[in-house]
Amino acid sequence: MTKSTAIAARVLGDETIIMSTVDSTIFMLNPTGTVIWEAADGNTSLSRIVEERVCAEFDVDLEQASADAKEFVDELAVHGILVVSDKPVSQ
Amino acid sequence: MSLLEEMNQKATAQGIPLSAHLDITWRCNERCVHCYLDHDGKDEMSTAEIKDVIRQLAECGTFFLSISGGEPLLRRDCFEILEYARELRFNVKLKTNAVMIGAKEAARLKQLGIEQVQISIYSDRPEIHDAITKLPGSLRRSLEAIRHLKAQGVKVSITNVLMKQNVTSGKAVQQLAKELDVAFVIDPTITPMLNGDRSILNLGISAKELEEVFRTEEFVGNVGEYCAPVSTVDDNVLDGYSCSAGHTLAYIAPNGDVFPCVQFPMPCGSLREKTFREIWWRSEALTELRTIQVRDLPTCSQCGHAAYCTRCPGLAYMEGSMRGPSSSDCAKSEARTGIPSAWQTSQRTAPSNLIQIMLA
Repeated sequence: MTKSTAIAARVLGDETIIMSTVDSTIFMLNPTGTVIWEAADGNTSLSRIVEERVCAEFDVDLEQASADAKEFVDELAVHGILVVSDKPVSQ
Repeated sequence: MSLLEEMNQKATAQGIPLSAHLDITWRCNERCVHCYLDHDGKDEMSTAEIKDVIRQLAECGTFFLSISGGEPLLRRDCFEILEYARELRFNVKLKTNAVMIGAKEAARLKQLGIEQVQISIYSDRPEIHDAITKLPGSLRRSLEAIRHLKAQGVKVSITNVLMKQNVTSGKAVQQLAKELDVAFVIDPTITPMLNGDRSILNLGISAKELEEVFRTEEFVGNVGEYCAPVSTVDDNVLDGYSCSAGHTLAYIAPNGDVFPCVQFPMPCGSLREKTFREIWWRSEALTELRTIQVRDLPTCSQCGHAAYCTRCPGLAYMEGSMRGPSSSDCAKSEARTGIPSAWQTSQRTAPSNLIQIMLA
């Protein structure tokens, strides 16, 4: 998965503000969402991000974190904020 | 609290310059009679310098970036600058008179994901609009540009600055905006020139005309609510700040000079001598500005309008003190509510000359 180009985004401290340039919807990502967002480089899989970043930085078990992360990514993908693919995506 | 308000609150608490207004040139192809800028093109930053400034802003947390001028599209590198800003994921607004925007430029702006294009339209009548811009054919060209932008799906906002020449144009321009399906903003404020020349203030509309604007439902919504005086001046109000200038907003002139806002010409430093981070965090002028709460304003803290006054510290600065009143905002408060401000009252009740008779 990778970040869409049709967005404006800025990491502010441990949170991230994102605005869709398509419909001006605003999202504020919490620290966990920010970690996933920053790691979405088109090459790293979500499962690896959860295992190596989310579980390492937050007190959360892998199963719960994986479920929450999938829900989070799906929602951002619906709004066109993240582009999700089974294969690596160029940024 | 909306997400935007929450974001602003956090940025204020952390001292993040969330918004920046960057004029990339003061040159312009129009000569609007009320413009607060001279149109000198000397000392403009190069493309590389501007890109470096934009990069620094991103590093400092700036999210909202207004690219403006002058007429920004007079710079051949305008699209290169916009593209770079979008690469760094800024929310970019472009302020332009749009006379240089055709179908090709509109398509490029759409492709770049520009958040909004803001265009000043002074009247629906060419003889009035063109007399203000002093560019024959400018209304026709700006409206053509708006149609190109809308055809591409770019969001557009029309600003209607009111002055003596077009005081009755507001409703017609609002109707035009409706027909074009674009946002509409009416602005009755004429500001002094940045070089201190206040002569253009004579173009401003009268107090009675301002009152009429504020009592027009189409412009303000619920007139009763908009014009109702709010008398509660509590600690929340007194602990507050006048606006975001210097707190979460910075203005950068084409030569790299930094100010709190485009309407607040208090020099804070030059990006040709220091980094943006150094200026934002260490400028004595900005540090002093950030200490000023409403309770520190000698006259305005005593004013019943303090809770909702639009007091502009930049206009106050241009009148002599950033802690003083801004007379045009006092006039707005009075036009809205019918109640003079504390400053206006003090001016109107100044004692007449006393004659002292000394007896031997």
